Amino acid sequence: MSNTRILEEGKGKLWRTFKKNKTALVGTAIIIIVIAVAILAPWISPHDPLEQNMVHRLKPPDRTYPLGTDEYGRDVLSRVLWGTRVSLSVGILSILFGLVVGTAMGAVAGYKGAIVGSIIMRMVDVLLSFPVLISGILVVAILGPGMDKLILTMGIVFAPRFARLAYGPTLVVKEREYVDSARIIGVSNLRILTHYLFPNIFGGILVAGTLWVGTAILTEASLSFLGLGVSPPTPTWGNMIKSGIDRLTTAPWLSIFPGLSILTTVLAINMIGDGLRDITDPKLRI
Amino acid sequence: MIQFAVRRIILSIPILLIVATLIFFLMRTMPGGPAVAVLGDYATKEAIEALEKQMGLDRPLGVQYADFLGSLVRGDLGKSIINGRPIAPEVGRVLPYTLQLAFSSLLLGIILGIPMGVFTALRRNAFFDYFGRTLSLAGVSIPTFFMGILLMLLFSIQLDLFPVMGAGDSSDLRDTLYHLFLPTLTLGLMMTAYITRTTRSAMLNVLQEEYVRTARAKGLPERIVIYGHALRNAFIPIISFIGVYAIILIGNSILVEIVFSRPGLGKMMIGAIKQRDYITLQSVMVVYASLVVFINLLIDLSYGLIDPRVKYE
Repeated sequence: MSNTRILEEGKGKLWRTFKKNKTALVGTAIIIIVIAVAILAPWISPHDPLEQNMVHRLKPPDRTYPLGTDEYGRDVLSRVLWGTRVSLSVGILSILFGLVVGTAMGAVAGYKGAIVGSIIMRMVDVLLSFPVLISGILVVAILGPGMDKLILTMGIVFAPRFARLAYGPTLVVKEREYVDSARIIGVSNLRILTHYLFPNIFGGILVAGTLWVGTAILTEASLSFLGLGVSPPTPTWGNMIKSGIDRLTTAPWLSIFPGLSILTTVLAINMIGDGLRDITDPKLRI
Repeated sequence: MIQFAVRRIILSIPILLIVATLIFFLMRTMPGGPAVAVLGDYATKEAIEALEKQMGLDRPLGVQYADFLGSLVRGDLGKSIINGRPIAPEVGRVLPYTLQLAFSSLLLGIILGIPMGVFTALRRNAFFDYFGRTLSLAGVSIPTFFMGILLMLLFSIQLDLFPVMGAGDSSDLRDTLYHLFLPTLTLGLMMTAYITRTTRSAMLNVLQEEYVRTARAKGLPERIVIYGHALRNAFIPIISFIGVYAIILIGNSILVEIVFSRPGLGKMMIGAIKQRDYITLQSVMVVYASLVVFINLLIDLSYGLIDPRVKYE
């Protein structure tokens, strides 16, 4: 139950240990930059990411187009910067959606216990045994492509993970005396869940959720690469790599730069994750 | 052991049944129904009704479900909507390619990952440890298909050492291995990264145990302490994680099959989605589900072989 440990160790102490962990600090710095890029994309992009210019098509990186241009003469740098916005928002929104649905499922299962709880958790276990990508492909094949559906799909795929995560702590917290006292004085089940349980289990879930944004970004990229995610011309890192794969020999920059962007972002999130793990597991502390 | 294996296999059946049921009903929730998915939004009502009749979709849902399960039990995966050919033989044709790729990648991951994990744990905080940890962290962060593209750029396009696509002539072992190399390297390196990280942390945990200290104190050679005592005990978490990774590997094999244009289940599934062939999609999903259940079964059975303390009761 390493996530609850984080809360119990106290935020100040956590931050002090976190600050000493170089891997986590570098990861955090990179993520701050990536988020800044996503927010500032409209202002820092040198060109319009959708503007076609057939005269300048497939130009290798130069001074006007630092990362080259694609088959429609669009600036790859601007598309990568705007892609940050799309990829990051799909990642974050889908995790948020999965977090809300999954936590509710797990908390209800844990709080209600008995038959309802075990039915929900057995289903969750079955869903969890599937690779994220295969479940994602199945759901997206049914819902169809598009950004909103992709967020919905990935939310559905991640929900069981949050349910599993919320279930354990709920079982512990619901036995605490203050929950008993609340029940005795007649507080409704819904209010107990929202005001007594959630605040106590939320910290750990939020930490895991933040780290799963990395997995969500990878999944979005994979689905877009398979042509099942966000459709062009909206740039995402995944669909940019997909459209560049046929020109690997002549224009490798089309795939390489979006690929490096995914790698950097996910790597940074995993660096933070490793840092947090080192902090919460003293045996492995560096 | 045999009794446990039989019971565990019987226990897998309800799981498969739940998953098959889930897949069946999910497929029926397609907007407008599967017939509209096949024909498109502008199809006439008559065309949709005709196709529904042909596909048996006009029958009550319960009958369709019973028929679906009955066929599965007989090993019949139905017929493709697009070309009318039975799906089972096609699965039989492409499955070996996916299994070849999954097995060779997992093997590569184990062969490279376990020694690397042990070495990095033994040289904790030394240069080799930092190097190994950075590489393995990058390995779990890189999208599989991007890794495939980079390896293809280097080995096939720049160095011209390996083929860009296909699976080669299946009757020729050399040609098969030649075509299998890059896809295996792509997934195998990803597996290596995962397994290195797990082995390192499992070893670090075990190395602090008292029996390791005792073994050292009584003067056993370090080699026996590490491989005979520590690694053997670290194997239980490693094996259970390898199971989880094998399932991730099955998922990622889809991407590798697409990047390298290799035949396989993944390529068949993506083809089915593109052609809106929902029966093929449904069948391939059931095959994937069976693979996942089978891997979980293997992992459970392997515990006892590694750790004699695990009793099959």
